[in-house]
Amino acid sequence: MLAALGIESVETLFDDIPAAVRADGLDLPGPRSELELARELEALAGRNRTDLVSFLGAGVYGHYIPAAVDAVVSRGEFSTAYTPYQPEISQGTLQTIYEFQSLISELIGLPVVSASHYDGASATAEAALMTVRATRRERVLVSRALHQHYRETTRTYFGPGTRRLEELPTAPDGTTDLAALEAALADTADPVAGVLIGQPNVFGLLEPMAEAAALAHAAGALFVAVVEPVSLAVLAPPGAYGADIAAGEGQPLGIAPAYGGPYLGLLACRGELMRQIPGRLVGRTTDIEGRRAFVMTLRAREQDIRRDKAASNICTNQALCALAATAYLATVGPGGLADVAAAGAAAARRTEAALAAIGVERVHTAPYLNEFAVRVPDASAVHARLLDAGILAGLPLARWYPDDPDLADALLLATTELTSDEDIDRLAAALGGGSV
Amino acid sequence: MNVPESLRYSEDHEWLRTEGGEAVVGITAYAADELGDVVFVELPDVGRHLAANETFGVIESVKTASDLHVPAAGEVVAVNEDLADAPELVNSEPYDGGWMIRLKLDDAAASEGLLDAEAYRATIGD
Repeated sequence: MLAALGIESVETLFDDIPAAVRADGLDLPGPRSELELARELEALAGRNRTDLVSFLGAGVYGHYIPAAVDAVVSRGEFSTAYTPYQPEISQGTLQTIYEFQSLISELIGLPVVSASHYDGASATAEAALMTVRATRRERVLVSRALHQHYRETTRTYFGPGTRRLEELPTAPDGTTDLAALEAALADTADPVAGVLIGQPNVFGLLEPMAEAAALAHAAGALFVAVVEPVSLAVLAPPGAYGADIAAGEGQPLGIAPAYGGPYLGLLACRGELMRQIPGRLVGRTTDIEGRRAFVMTLRAREQDIRRDKAASNICTNQALCALAATAYLATVGPGGLADVAAAGAAAARRTEAALAAIGVERVHTAPYLNEFAVRVPDASAVHARLLDAGILAGLPLARWYPDDPDLADALLLATTELTSDEDIDRLAAALGGGSV
Repeated sequence: MNVPESLRYSEDHEWLRTEGGEAVVGITAYAADELGDVVFVELPDVGRHLAANETFGVIESVKTASDLHVPAAGEVVAVNEDLADAPELVNSEPYDGGWMIRLKLDDAAASEGLLDAEAYRATIGD
Protein backbone atom coordinates (compact mmCIF):
# COMPACT_ATOMS: atom_id res chain seq x y z
CA MET A 1 0.00 0.00 0.00
CA LEU A 2 2.93 2.32 0.80
CA ALA A 3 4.32 1.61 -2.65
CA ALA A 4 0.93 2.37 -4.27
CA LEU A 5 0.81 5.72 -2.40
CA GLY A 6 4.39 6.46 -3.32
CA ILE A 7 5.55 7.09 0.24
CA GLU A 8 8.21 5.51 2.44
CA SER A 9 6.36 5.12 5.75
CA VAL A 10 2.97 5.48 7.40
CA GLU A 11 4.32 8.46 9.41
CA THR A 12 4.38 10.53 6.23
CA LEU A 13 0.57 10.48 6.15
CA PHE A 14 0.53 12.53 9.38
CA ASP A 15 2.86 15.28 8.14
CA ASP A 16 0.01 17.82 7.98
CA ILE A 17 -0.63 17.56 11.71
CA PRO A 18 1.44 20.15 13.62
CA ALA A 19 3.95 18.67 16.08
CA ALA A 20 2.51 20.81 18.89
CA VAL A 21 -0.81 18.94 18.85
CA ARG A 22 0.49 15.44 18.40
CA ALA A 23 0.12 12.94 21.23
CA ASP A 24 3.38 11.72 22.69
CA GLY A 25 2.26 8.12 23.01
CA LEU A 26 -0.74 7.08 25.10
CA ASP A 27 -0.32 6.24 28.78
CA LEU A 28 -2.28 2.97 28.68
CA PRO A 29 -1.69 -0.15 30.72
CA GLY A 30 -0.68 -3.31 28.92
CA PRO A 31 -3.17 -5.86 27.66
CA ARG A 32 -5.33 -7.74 30.18
CA SER A 33 -7.13 -11.03 30.06
CA GLU A 34 -10.93 -10.94 30.02
CA LEU A 35 -10.98 -12.14 33.65
CA GLU A 36 -8.54 -9.45 34.84
CA LEU A 37 -10.37 -6.77 32.92
CA ALA A 38 -13.76 -7.85 34.25
CA ARG A 39 -12.43 -7.65 37.81
CA GLU A 40 -10.94 -4.20 37.21
CA LEU A 41 -14.16 -2.84 35.75
CA GLU A 42 -16.23 -4.38 38.57
CA ALA A 43 -13.99 -2.62 41.08
CA LEU A 44 -14.57 0.68 39.30
CA ALA A 45 -18.32 0.09 39.15
CA GLY A 46 -18.24 -0.80 42.84
CA ARG A 47 -17.44 2.83 43.60
CA ASN A 48 -20.94 3.83 42.52
CA ARG A 49 -23.47 4.17 45.33
CA THR A 50 -26.38 1.92 44.35
CA ASP A 51 -27.83 1.63 47.85
CA LEU A 52 -29.18 5.14 48.27
CA VAL A 53 -32.76 6.02 49.10
CA SER A 54 -33.18 8.77 46.54
CA PHE A 55 -35.37 11.87 46.56
CA LEU A 56 -33.38 13.41 43.72
CA GLY A 57 -35.32 14.65 40.68
CA ALA A 58 -34.39 17.98 39.11
CA GLY A 59 -35.12 16.79 35.60
CA VAL A 60 -34.24 13.10 35.98
CA TYR A 61 -36.67 10.66 37.64
CA GLY A 62 -36.22 7.04 38.66
CA HIS A 63 -39.16 4.87 37.64
CA TYR A 64 -39.70 1.13 37.50
CA ILE A 65 -38.60 -0.17 34.12
CA PRO A 66 -40.58 -3.24 33.04
CA ALA A 67 -38.53 -6.25 31.91
CA ALA A 68 -40.12 -6.03 28.46
CA VAL A 69 -38.21 -2.81 27.77
CA ASP A 70 -34.84 -4.42 28.30
CA ALA A 71 -35.88 -7.47 26.31
CA VAL A 72 -36.62 -5.29 23.28
CA VAL A 73 -33.70 -2.88 23.64
CA SER A 74 -31.07 -5.58 24.11
CA ARG A 75 -31.87 -7.33 20.84
CA GLY A 76 -28.71 -7.29 18.75
CA GLU A 77 -30.53 -5.94 15.69
CA PHE A 78 -31.29 -2.78 17.65
CA SER A 79 -28.39 -2.41 20.08
CA THR A 80 -25.55 -3.02 17.64
CA ALA A 81 -26.86 -1.37 14.48
CA TYR A 82 -25.07 1.82 13.45
CA THR A 83 -27.13 4.55 11.73
CA PRO A 84 -29.83 2.07 10.71
CA TYR A 85 -31.97 4.40 8.62
CA GLN A 86 -31.83 2.90 5.13
CA PRO A 87 -35.34 1.95 4.11
CA GLU A 88 -34.09 -1.00 2.06
CA ILE A 89 -32.85 -2.93 5.09
CA SER A 90 -34.09 -1.12 8.23
CA GLN A 91 -37.88 -1.20 8.07
CA GLY A 92 -38.05 -2.53 11.63
CA THR A 93 -36.00 0.31 13.07
CA LEU A 94 -37.80 2.93 10.99
CA GLN A 95 -41.15 1.54 12.14
CA THR A 96 -40.09 1.83 15.80
CA ILE A 97 -39.02 5.44 15.25
CA TYR A 98 -42.36 6.18 13.54
CA GLU A 99 -44.18 4.61 16.50
CA PHE A 100 -42.00 6.63 18.91
CA GLN A 101 -42.97 9.82 17.08
CA SER A 102 -46.64 8.81 17.12
CA LEU A 103 -46.70 7.99 20.86
CA ILE A 104 -44.92 11.22 21.81
CA SER A 105 -47.29 13.14 19.53
CA GLU A 106 -50.22 11.64 21.46
CA LEU A 107 -48.65 12.54 24.80
CA ILE A 108 -47.70 16.08 23.85
CA GLY A 109 -50.75 16.87 21.71
CA LEU A 110 -48.80 18.31 18.77
CA PRO A 111 -48.77 16.70 15.31
CA VAL A 112 -45.09 16.86 14.31
CA VAL A 113 -42.47 15.07 16.44
CA SER A 114 -38.81 14.61 15.54
CA ALA A 115 -37.07 11.24 15.82
CA SER A 116 -35.42 12.57 19.02
CA HIS A 117 -32.42 14.62 20.13
CA TYR A 118 -29.58 14.05 22.58
CA ASP A 119 -31.37 15.24 25.71
CA GLY A 120 -33.90 17.71 27.08
CA ALA A 121 -31.32 20.50 27.24
CA SER A 122 -30.34 20.34 23.56
CA ALA A 123 -33.97 19.83 22.49
CA THR A 124 -34.85 23.02 24.41
CA ALA A 125 -32.01 24.90 22.72
CA GLU A 126 -33.24 23.73 19.31
CA ALA A 127 -36.77 24.85 20.20
CA ALA A 128 -35.46 28.31 21.11
CA LEU A 129 -33.61 28.54 17.78
CA MET A 130 -36.79 27.49 15.96
CA THR A 131 -38.59 30.52 17.35
CA VAL A 132 -35.82 32.79 16.08
CA ARG A 133 -35.89 31.30 12.60
CA ALA A 134 -39.68 31.18 12.31
CA THR A 135 -40.30 34.76 13.44
CA ARG A 136 -37.09 36.30 12.16
CA ARG A 137 -36.79 38.04 15.55
CA GLU A 138 -33.75 37.80 17.79
CA ARG A 139 -34.94 38.06 21.37
CA VAL A 140 -35.99 34.96 23.32
CA LEU A 141 -37.45 35.03 26.84
CA VAL A 142 -36.87 32.10 29.22
CA SER A 143 -38.17 31.68 32.73
CA ARG A 144 -35.50 31.55 35.45
CA ALA A 145 -37.55 28.63 36.76
CA LEU A 146 -36.56 26.57 33.72
CA HIS A 147 -33.91 23.92 34.45
CA GLN A 148 -30.43 25.42 34.86
CA HIS A 149 -28.82 23.04 32.37
CA TYR A 150 -31.42 23.84 29.71
CA ARG A 151 -30.88 27.59 30.07
CA GLU A 152 -27.11 27.19 29.92
CA THR A 153 -27.23 24.88 26.92
CA THR A 154 -29.56 27.25 25.09
CA ARG A 155 -27.13 30.07 25.79
CA THR A 156 -24.32 27.96 24.34
CA TYR A 157 -26.37 27.19 21.21
CA PHE A 158 -27.16 30.88 20.75
CA GLY A 159 -23.42 31.52 20.74
CA PRO A 160 -21.92 34.83 19.66
CA GLY A 161 -24.07 36.99 17.42
CA THR A 162 -27.21 39.05 17.77
CA ARG A 163 -29.57 36.44 19.23
CA ARG A 164 -30.32 37.12 22.88
CA LEU A 165 -31.68 35.01 25.71
CA GLU A 166 -33.36 37.02 28.49
CA GLU A 167 -34.48 35.57 31.83
CA LEU A 168 -37.91 36.21 33.30
CA PRO A 169 -38.18 36.50 37.09
CA THR A 170 -40.40 34.31 39.25
CA ALA A 171 -43.26 35.52 41.41
CA PRO A 172 -43.21 34.94 45.19
CA ASP A 173 -45.24 31.73 44.77
CA GLY A 174 -42.41 30.23 42.69
CA THR A 175 -44.01 30.40 39.24
CA THR A 176 -42.99 32.63 36.32
CA ASP A 177 -43.97 36.27 36.86
CA LEU A 178 -46.65 36.92 34.22
CA ALA A 179 -46.63 40.68 34.78
CA ALA A 180 -42.90 40.70 34.01
CA LEU A 181 -43.55 38.55 30.93
CA GLU A 182 -46.20 40.99 29.71
CA ALA A 183 -43.86 43.93 30.26
CA ALA A 184 -41.02 42.21 28.44
CA LEU A 185 -43.29 41.44 25.48
CA ALA A 186 -44.47 45.04 25.27
CA ASP A 187 -41.26 46.38 23.72
CA THR A 188 -42.36 46.54 20.09
CA ALA A 189 -39.02 48.06 19.06
CA ASP A 190 -37.31 44.83 20.10
CA PRO A 191 -39.92 42.14 19.51
CA VAL A 192 -39.75 38.70 21.09
CA ALA A 193 -39.34 35.54 19.01
CA GLY A 194 -40.25 32.98 21.65
CA VAL A 195 -41.13 32.42 25.30
CA LEU A 196 -39.85 29.27 27.07
CA ILE A 197 -41.47 27.96 30.28
CA GLY A 198 -41.15 24.54 31.94
CA GLN A 199 -44.15 22.52 33.05
CA PRO A 200 -43.67 21.59 35.82
CA ASN A 201 -40.91 24.12 36.40
CA VAL A 202 -37.58 23.25 38.03
CA PHE A 203 -39.08 23.83 41.50
CA GLY A 204 -41.71 21.18 40.67
CA LEU A 205 -44.45 23.80 40.43
CA LEU A 206 -47.30 24.03 37.94
CA GLU A 207 -47.06 27.12 35.72
CA PRO A 208 -49.93 29.16 34.19
CA MET A 209 -49.15 27.89 30.69
CA ALA A 210 -52.39 28.92 28.91
CA GLU A 211 -52.11 32.51 30.15
CA ALA A 212 -48.42 32.70 29.24
CA ALA A 213 -49.12 31.30 25.76
CA ALA A 214 -51.85 33.88 25.19
CA LEU A 215 -49.53 36.72 26.23
CA ALA A 216 -46.82 35.44 23.90
CA HIS A 217 -49.19 35.11 20.93
CA ALA A 218 -50.66 38.57 21.49
CA ALA A 219 -47.15 39.93 20.92
CA GLY A 220 -46.51 37.76 17.86
CA ALA A 221 -44.11 35.48 19.73
CA LEU A 222 -44.12 31.68 19.72
CA PHE A 223 -44.72 29.75 22.95
CA VAL A 224 -42.44 26.85 23.87
CA ALA A 225 -43.43 24.41 26.61
CA VAL A 226 -40.62 22.37 28.18
CA VAL A 227 -42.30 19.30 29.63
CA GLU A 228 -41.75 16.11 31.63
CA PRO A 229 -43.38 13.20 29.73
CA VAL A 230 -44.80 11.12 32.61
CA SER A 231 -46.61 14.20 33.93
CA LEU A 232 -48.38 14.50 30.56
CA ALA A 233 -50.49 11.48 31.53
CA VAL A 234 -52.29 13.65 34.10
CA LEU A 235 -51.57 17.28 33.17
CA ALA A 236 -52.94 19.26 30.21
CA PRO A 237 -50.47 18.71 27.34
CA PRO A 238 -48.82 21.50 25.32
CA GLY A 239 -51.29 21.06 22.45
CA ALA A 240 -54.17 21.86 24.80
CA TYR A 241 -52.87 25.25 25.94
CA GLY A 242 -51.63 26.65 22.65
CA ALA A 243 -47.93 25.80 22.67
CA ASP A 244 -46.35 26.15 19.23
CA ILE A 245 -43.36 24.00 20.15
CA ALA A 246 -42.70 21.51 22.94
CA ALA A 247 -39.37 20.17 24.16
CA GLY A 248 -38.54 17.83 27.00
CA GLU A 249 -36.44 15.09 28.55
CA GLY A 250 -37.61 11.57 27.71
CA GLN A 251 -35.46 9.82 30.35
CA PRO A 252 -38.42 9.05 32.66
CA LEU A 253 -39.85 6.83 29.91
CA GLY A 254 -38.06 3.54 30.51
CA ILE A 255 -34.49 4.89 30.70
CA ALA A 256 -32.50 4.54 33.92
CA PRO A 257 -31.04 7.69 35.53
CA ALA A 258 -27.61 6.12 35.00
CA TYR A 259 -25.60 8.93 36.65
CA GLY A 260 -26.39 11.44 33.91
CA GLY A 261 -27.06 9.67 30.63
CA PRO A 262 -27.60 8.69 27.91
CA TYR A 263 -30.93 10.51 27.84
CA LEU A 264 -33.51 11.40 25.25
CA GLY A 265 -34.45 14.79 23.80
CA LEU A 266 -38.10 15.27 22.81
CA LEU A 267 -39.11 17.94 20.29
CA ALA A 268 -42.54 18.56 18.80
CA CYS A 269 -44.32 21.37 16.96
CA ARG A 270 -47.47 22.50 15.16
CA GLY A 271 -47.94 21.48 11.54
CA GLU A 272 -47.10 24.92 10.15
CA LEU A 273 -43.62 24.69 11.69
CA MET A 274 -42.87 21.26 10.20
CA ARG A 275 -40.10 22.54 7.96
CA GLN A 276 -38.48 24.45 10.79
CA ILE A 277 -38.06 21.46 13.12
CA PRO A 278 -34.51 20.09 13.20
CA GLY A 279 -33.67 16.42 13.56
CA ARG A 280 -34.75 13.41 11.61
CA LEU A 281 -38.35 12.65 10.72
CA VAL A 282 -39.62 9.20 9.80
CA GLY A 283 -42.73 9.02 7.63
CA ARG A 284 -45.08 6.29 6.53
CA THR A 285 -45.65 5.65 2.82
CA THR A 286 -46.11 2.75 0.38
CA ASP A 287 -43.40 1.00 -1.60
CA ILE A 288 -43.39 0.26 -5.31
CA GLU A 289 -45.56 -2.82 -4.69
CA GLY A 290 -48.11 -0.89 -2.65
CA ARG A 291 -47.02 -2.29 0.72
CA ARG A 292 -46.80 -0.06 3.79
CA ALA A 293 -43.25 1.18 4.29
CA PHE A 294 -41.36 3.62 6.50
CA VAL A 295 -38.72 6.08 5.34
CA MET A 296 -36.89 9.15 6.56
CA THR A 297 -38.49 12.23 5.08
CA LEU A 298 -37.75 15.94 4.68
CA ARG A 299 -34.12 14.81 4.46
CA ALA A 300 -33.11 17.63 2.15
CA ARG A 301 -33.23 20.02 5.12
CA GLU A 302 -30.48 18.28 7.04
CA GLN A 303 -26.95 19.53 7.31
CA ASP A 304 -25.39 17.06 4.90
CA ILE A 305 -27.48 18.68 2.15
CA ARG A 306 -28.03 22.25 3.39
CA ARG A 307 -24.64 22.57 5.12
CA ASP A 308 -24.41 25.96 6.86
CA LYS A 309 -28.00 26.76 5.86
CA ALA A 310 -29.40 23.77 7.75
CA ALA A 311 -31.55 24.37 10.80
CA SER A 312 -29.19 22.36 12.98
CA ASN A 313 -26.08 20.20 12.82
CA ILE A 314 -27.97 17.17 14.09
CA CYS A 315 -28.31 14.34 11.57
CA THR A 316 -28.95 11.44 13.90
CA ASN A 317 -31.28 10.51 16.73
CA GLN A 318 -31.06 8.75 20.10
CA ALA A 319 -32.32 5.56 18.45
CA LEU A 320 -31.81 3.08 21.29
CA CYS A 321 -33.17 5.42 23.98
CA ALA A 322 -36.13 6.30 21.76
CA LEU A 323 -36.75 2.58 21.38
CA ALA A 324 -36.68 2.14 25.16
CA ALA A 325 -39.23 4.95 25.53
CA THR A 326 -41.42 3.36 22.85
CA ALA A 327 -41.28 -0.06 24.49
CA TYR A 328 -42.00 1.53 27.89
CA LEU A 329 -45.04 3.46 26.65
CA ALA A 330 -46.37 0.45 24.75
CA THR A 331 -45.97 -1.71 27.87
CA VAL A 332 -47.53 0.59 30.47
CA GLY A 333 -50.14 2.12 28.14
CA PRO A 334 -52.01 5.37 28.83
CA GLY A 335 -53.70 3.93 31.94
CA GLY A 336 -50.44 2.62 33.34
CA LEU A 337 -48.66 5.92 32.71
CA ALA A 338 -51.42 7.78 34.55
CA ASP A 339 -51.02 5.32 37.45
CA VAL A 340 -47.27 6.02 37.55
CA ALA A 341 -47.85 9.78 37.61
CA ALA A 342 -50.57 9.50 40.25
CA ALA A 343 -48.48 7.25 42.48
CA GLY A 344 -45.59 9.71 42.39
CA ALA A 345 -47.93 12.58 43.19
CA ALA A 346 -49.45 10.69 46.12
CA ALA A 347 -46.00 9.88 47.52
CA ALA A 348 -45.09 13.55 47.24
CA ARG A 349 -48.11 14.57 49.32
CA ARG A 350 -47.28 11.96 51.97
CA THR A 351 -43.73 13.31 52.02
CA GLU A 352 -44.92 16.89 52.39
CA ALA A 353 -47.15 15.87 55.31
CA ALA A 354 -44.43 13.82 57.03
CA LEU A 355 -41.99 16.70 56.80
CA ALA A 356 -44.51 19.33 57.86
CA ALA A 357 -45.14 17.19 60.96
CA ILE A 358 -41.50 17.71 62.01
CA GLY A 359 -41.54 21.41 61.14
CA VAL A 360 -39.94 21.20 57.69
CA GLU A 361 -42.07 23.42 55.44
CA ARG A 362 -42.34 24.07 51.70
CA VAL A 363 -40.51 27.07 50.26
CA HIS A 364 -43.19 27.88 47.65
CA THR A 365 -46.96 28.03 47.71
CA ALA A 366 -47.90 27.17 44.11
CA PRO A 367 -49.33 23.68 43.41
CA TYR A 368 -46.89 20.88 42.55
CA LEU A 369 -47.17 17.43 40.99
CA ASN A 370 -44.42 15.16 42.37
CA GLU A 371 -41.60 17.54 43.29
CA PHE A 372 -41.28 20.50 45.67
CA ALA A 373 -38.69 22.44 47.67
CA VAL A 374 -38.49 22.50 51.48
CA ARG A 375 -36.61 24.82 53.78
CA VAL A 376 -33.89 23.12 55.87
CA PRO A 377 -31.39 25.27 57.82
CA ASP A 378 -27.85 24.71 56.60
CA ALA A 379 -29.23 22.68 53.69
CA SER A 380 -25.89 21.77 52.08
CA ALA A 381 -24.45 20.39 55.31
CA VAL A 382 -27.65 18.47 56.06
CA HIS A 383 -27.61 17.07 52.53
CA ALA A 384 -24.04 15.82 53.02
CA ARG A 385 -24.87 14.28 56.41
CA LEU A 386 -27.87 12.44 54.98
CA LEU A 387 -25.83 11.23 52.03
CA ASP A 388 -23.36 9.61 54.42
CA ALA A 389 -26.32 7.91 56.04
CA GLY A 390 -27.56 6.52 52.71
CA ILE A 391 -30.24 9.11 51.85
CA LEU A 392 -29.99 11.31 48.78
CA ALA A 393 -32.06 14.25 50.01
CA GLY A 394 -32.76 15.82 46.66
CA LEU A 395 -30.89 18.87 45.36
CA PRO A 396 -29.68 21.87 47.42
CA LEU A 397 -31.09 24.64 45.23
CA ALA A 398 -28.37 27.11 46.28
CA ARG A 399 -26.17 25.18 43.89
CA TRP A 400 -28.20 26.48 40.92
CA TYR A 401 -29.43 29.76 42.44
CA PRO A 402 -26.46 30.97 44.53
CA ASP A 403 -27.63 34.59 44.53
CA ASP A 404 -31.18 33.90 45.71
CA PRO A 405 -31.44 34.24 49.51
CA ASP A 406 -34.87 32.58 49.43
CA LEU A 407 -33.28 29.36 48.14
CA ALA A 408 -30.16 29.37 50.32
CA ASP A 409 -31.67 26.74 52.63
CA ALA A 410 -33.81 24.92 50.08
CA LEU A 411 -33.75 21.22 49.21
CA LEU A 412 -35.61 20.13 46.08
CA LEU A 413 -37.27 16.76 46.72
CA ALA A 414 -38.93 14.47 44.17
CA THR A 415 -40.90 11.25 44.56
CA THR A 416 -42.03 8.58 42.13
CA GLU A 417 -43.97 5.33 42.34
CA LEU A 418 -40.70 3.82 43.67
CA THR A 419 -40.81 5.99 46.82
CA SER A 420 -42.04 3.79 49.67
CA ASP A 421 -43.52 4.81 53.00
CA GLU A 422 -40.35 3.45 54.65
CA ASP A 423 -38.27 5.78 52.49
CA ILE A 424 -40.39 8.74 53.57
CA ASP A 425 -40.15 7.73 57.25
CA ARG A 426 -36.36 7.47 56.99
CA LEU A 427 -36.13 10.90 55.37
CA ALA A 428 -38.36 12.48 58.03
CA ALA A 429 -36.44 10.77 60.83
CA ALA A 430 -33.09 11.93 59.42
CA LEU A 431 -34.22 15.50 58.90
CA GLY A 432 -35.84 15.55 62.30
CA GLY A 433 -32.43 14.91 63.78
CA GLY A 434 -33.20 11.34 64.76
CA SER A 435 -31.31 8.22 63.77
CA VAL A 436 -31.45 6.92 60.19
CA MET B 1 -33.90 23.17 -23.42
CA ASN B 2 -36.77 25.58 -23.02
CA VAL B 3 -35.33 29.12 -22.69
CA PRO B 4 -37.95 31.74 -23.74
CA GLU B 5 -36.52 34.65 -25.73
CA SER B 6 -38.72 37.22 -24.04
CA LEU B 7 -37.23 36.70 -20.57
CA ARG B 8 -34.04 37.75 -18.79
CA TYR B 9 -31.92 35.40 -16.70
CA SER B 10 -29.50 35.33 -13.78
CA GLU B 11 -26.47 33.08 -13.66
CA ASP B 12 -27.99 30.90 -11.00
CA HIS B 13 -31.00 30.03 -13.08
CA GLU B 14 -33.70 32.47 -12.08
CA TRP B 15 -35.76 34.15 -14.82
CA LEU B 16 -37.27 37.63 -14.70
CA ARG B 17 -40.15 39.07 -16.77
CA THR B 18 -40.59 42.82 -16.65
CA GLU B 19 -44.15 44.19 -16.73
CA GLY B 20 -43.97 48.00 -16.47
CA GLY B 21 -42.36 48.87 -13.16
CA GLU B 22 -42.89 45.35 -11.84
CA ALA B 23 -41.16 42.03 -12.42
CA VAL B 24 -42.18 38.39 -12.07
CA VAL B 25 -39.50 35.90 -10.98
CA GLY B 26 -39.20 32.10 -11.13
CA ILE B 27 -36.63 29.40 -11.91
CA THR B 28 -35.75 28.07 -15.37
CA ALA B 29 -36.74 24.74 -16.89
CA TYR B 30 -33.07 23.75 -16.68
CA ALA B 31 -32.98 24.40 -12.92
CA ALA B 32 -36.28 22.61 -12.32
CA ASP B 33 -34.97 19.67 -14.29
CA GLU B 34 -31.76 19.51 -12.23
CA LEU B 35 -33.69 19.70 -8.96
CA GLY B 36 -36.04 16.87 -9.76
CA ASP B 37 -39.56 16.72 -8.34
CA VAL B 38 -40.19 19.90 -6.35
CA VAL B 39 -41.96 19.19 -3.06
CA PHE B 40 -41.94 22.58 -1.35
CA VAL B 41 -41.23 26.24 -2.06
CA GLU B 42 -40.67 28.65 0.82
CA LEU B 43 -41.64 32.15 -0.28
CA PRO B 44 -41.13 35.55 1.40
CA ASP B 45 -43.77 37.67 3.07
CA VAL B 46 -45.49 40.26 0.89
CA GLY B 47 -44.11 43.69 1.67
CA ARG B 48 -40.56 42.55 2.26
CA HIS B 49 -37.88 44.52 0.45
CA LEU B 50 -35.12 42.50 -1.24
CA ALA B 51 -31.69 43.64 -2.39
CA ALA B 52 -30.32 42.32 -5.68
CA ASN B 53 -29.14 38.70 -5.27
CA GLU B 54 -30.65 38.46 -1.81
CA THR B 55 -32.09 35.06 -0.85
CA PHE B 56 -35.87 35.31 -1.15
CA GLY B 57 -36.76 31.74 -0.35
CA VAL B 58 -35.89 28.05 -0.47
CA ILE B 59 -36.89 25.41 -3.00
CA GLU B 60 -36.96 21.83 -1.79
CA SER B 61 -36.99 18.74 -4.01
CA VAL B 62 -36.73 15.10 -3.09
CA LYS B 63 -32.96 15.25 -3.31
CA THR B 64 -31.93 18.73 -2.21
CA ALA B 65 -32.92 22.13 -0.87
CA SER B 66 -31.55 25.26 -2.54
CA ASP B 67 -31.72 28.96 -1.86
CA LEU B 68 -33.55 31.19 -4.34
CA HIS B 69 -31.92 34.53 -5.19
CA VAL B 70 -33.75 37.56 -6.57
CA PRO B 71 -32.10 38.85 -9.77
CA ALA B 72 -33.04 42.49 -9.11
CA ALA B 73 -33.90 44.65 -6.10
CA GLY B 74 -37.48 45.50 -5.20
CA GLU B 75 -40.44 45.10 -2.87
CA VAL B 76 -42.42 41.86 -2.89
CA VAL B 77 -46.01 42.71 -3.91
CA ALA B 78 -47.29 39.18 -4.50
CA VAL B 79 -46.25 35.55 -4.12
CA ASN B 80 -47.66 32.52 -5.95
CA GLU B 81 -50.01 30.95 -3.40
CA ASP B 82 -50.72 28.01 -5.76
CA LEU B 83 -47.29 26.60 -5.02
CA ALA B 84 -48.31 25.74 -1.45
CA ASP B 85 -50.63 22.98 -2.64
CA ALA B 86 -49.07 22.33 -6.05
CA PRO B 87 -45.28 22.74 -5.89
CA GLU B 88 -45.04 20.50 -8.95
CA LEU B 89 -46.10 23.52 -11.07
CA VAL B 90 -42.43 24.55 -10.89
CA ASN B 91 -41.57 21.40 -12.87
CA SER B 92 -44.54 21.40 -15.25
CA GLU B 93 -44.85 25.17 -15.93
CA PRO B 94 -41.62 26.85 -14.80
CA TYR B 95 -42.34 30.07 -16.72
CA ASP B 96 -46.13 30.22 -16.23
CA GLY B 97 -48.02 28.54 -13.39
CA GLY B 98 -44.73 27.98 -11.55
CA TRP B 99 -43.94 31.70 -11.11
CA MET B 100 -42.75 32.54 -7.59
CA ILE B 101 -42.77 36.23 -6.69
CA ARG B 102 -43.85 39.55 -8.17
CA LEU B 103 -41.72 42.59 -7.31
CA LYS B 104 -42.13 46.33 -7.55
CA LEU B 105 -38.66 47.03 -8.96
CA ASP B 106 -36.42 49.64 -7.36
CA ASP B 107 -35.03 50.28 -10.84
CA ALA B 108 -37.48 49.71 -13.71
CA ALA B 109 -34.56 49.09 -16.07
CA ALA B 110 -32.87 46.51 -13.83
CA SER B 111 -33.44 43.64 -16.24
CA GLU B 112 -31.05 45.18 -18.75
CA GLY B 113 -28.18 44.12 -16.51
CA LEU B 114 -29.22 40.47 -16.70
CA LEU B 115 -28.42 37.75 -19.25
CA ASP B 116 -30.57 37.46 -22.37
CA ALA B 117 -31.78 34.08 -23.60
CA GLU B 118 -28.76 33.46 -25.77
CA ALA B 119 -26.26 34.34 -23.01
CA TYR B 120 -28.13 32.15 -20.54
CA ARG B 121 -28.18 29.27 -22.98
CA ALA B 122 -24.42 29.58 -23.25
CA THR B 123 -24.05 29.22 -19.48
CA ILE B 124 -25.98 25.97 -19.47
CA GLY B 125 -24.09 24.69 -22.47
CA ASP B 126 -27.15 24.55 -24.69
